[in-house]
Amino acid sequence: MKAIRTIIGKEWADVRRNKMVLYVTILVPLLLTAIPVVALYLLGRLPVSQSDYEEMGRLLQNPIFAGMTPVEALQSAMASSYLVLFLMMPLLVPVTIAAYSIVGEKISRSLEPLLATPITTTQLLLGKGLAAALPGIVMAWFSYGVFLIFARFFSVSDRVFRVFVNPMWLVAMFVLAPLLTVLAVSFGIIVSSRVNDPRAAEQLGALLILPLMILFIGPLTGFIMLNSTTFLLAAAAVALLNVGLVYLGVKLFQRETILTRWK
Amino acid sequence: MIRTEALCKYFQRNHQEIKAVDGLDVEVRQGEVFGFLGPNGAGKTTTVRLLSCLIGPTKGRAWVNGLEVGKQDQQIRAQVGILTEAPGLYDRLSAWRNLEIYAELYGVADTRGQVEKYLRFLELWEQRDAEAGTFSKGMKQKLAIARALLHEPPVLFLDEPTSALDPEAAKTVRDFIESLKGQGRTIFICTHNLDEAERLCDRIAVFKQRLIAVDTPEALRRQLFGRQTVVHLAQLNEQMAATVRGLPFVKHVEVLPGESGAGKLVIGLSDPAAQNPAIVQALVGQGAQIQFVNELRHSLEDVYLSLIRENRA
Repeated sequence: MKAIRTIIGKEWADVRRNKMVLYVTILVPLLLTAIPVVALYLLGRLPVSQSDYEEMGRLLQNPIFAGMTPVEALQSAMASSYLVLFLMMPLLVPVTIAAYSIVGEKISRSLEPLLATPITTTQLLLGKGLAAALPGIVMAWFSYGVFLIFARFFSVSDRVFRVFVNPMWLVAMFVLAPLLTVLAVSFGIIVSSRVNDPRAAEQLGALLILPLMILFIGPLTGFIMLNSTTFLLAAAAVALLNVGLVYLGVKLFQRETILTRWK
Repeated sequence: MIRTEALCKYFQRNHQEIKAVDGLDVEVRQGEVFGFLGPNGAGKTTTVRLLSCLIGPTKGRAWVNGLEVGKQDQQIRAQVGILTEAPGLYDRLSAWRNLEIYAELYGVADTRGQVEKYLRFLELWEQRDAEAGTFSKGMKQKLAIARALLHEPPVLFLDEPTSALDPEAAKTVRDFIESLKGQGRTIFICTHNLDEAERLCDRIAVFKQRLIAVDTPEALRRQLFGRQTVVHLAQLNEQMAATVRGLPFVKHVEVLPGESGAGKLVIGLSDPAAQNPAIVQALVGQGAQIQFVNELRHSLEDVYLSLIRENRA
């Protein structure tokens, strides 16, 4: 446990000294939070015609919006569709940090002395994974908190605000988001321990964002209906996937290959 | 302390088998400073990586401090310190933090005490809060040595400890390694700096994929070149050389004429201390004026090059 804490501390100390990574870790989630906040503000103030309301038909079939006025339903529905942004937040920065974690050490030639210590592969990967994941998750929760503060003021009614703290949002933020982060970080570390160029690692790591777009496009097209059950099912699937990926990550981390084949 | 039996490490490159280490049999004693010499690509770093459990052997066995490589790797890693070819420091972190991280990873009980001890020992205490990336090469190397010693390992591997350092920094590092002698630690140094090996090492091994020779530098000299006495004469003639050749214990005589009739006789002997007086007596009997008598000492470079060439042939 101490070794894991040490690796986390080392990674964070390094990030704290790397101002650009630090700013990106903090600013990207806040910038992404601004999108639903602005949408919420504008949708509460724009006139909504019956035709606008009808165009949103598929989205508004979700029982969450039942009994709402057109303005309330539109504001809740549009802001909810941005929920995917909050799910992306804990992925964006952690996946790039994780993708750099092994290959970066190899390039700076600090990996060999690190691997010469009694640290186990599991401890090393857990330390690096947690160091990448935790700030992302915390920033996502913080951003969600910031969004809720603005939502309290910009929601046209309490009914709209309650949508953002309903079980669907809570499951998404407190169950699915951390699990997705673990998935992203595990994937990033696997990529990082298999490629020999940090740019390739970061680009491959960023690919993980693509499946999340389904959650954004799905509800708009009626392909997926977002609710707490959908998110719980997604969380279960991601949890299973995580177990496999963490196991695979440890198995694929070949100290010898990393030290002797990478140039 | 370190023992290998037919240790082999082969790599596959482009469907070809490359033998980096091929049947290494060597034993390094406790408390010994052991020099591992060989040309670039000889397999020195691979051997250090094998013995510090960073990579696994293809064949053969090895033991470090009584623990078997490949079976007790984690315990071995806890008991060895390693200075890798590159210092591999965290450049954005302070010297103190660099050491603290490793002290924690090695499970050092008194982290602060050990970090302070080695920062002071290596004269880096004043720079403890400076980022390692701002250090000179010599300072980085010293910090990396401190990192290897934090957990007081009984076995220390130093891979090219002074390569890429300027003469002053190299001397500082060399002096420090010398100061570690006699502390009971087994020190395994990979180097192609022959002066350094001669100065620091109790025994040396010359290695190129296979072990070519292993012994003390002095014994290797004797094995290769025997013992030779050089007699400097004010006047040298053929009769003097013939007289020396006629002595029963003389193995060979080489005549090196100098200026104005002076010259030197290089005489191969088995026991110079016992045989030199008879040579001097014989030469004086011939009317020779002897200026100096000294032992011809071949450099370690001569020994190394001779062994490598012999191996190549």
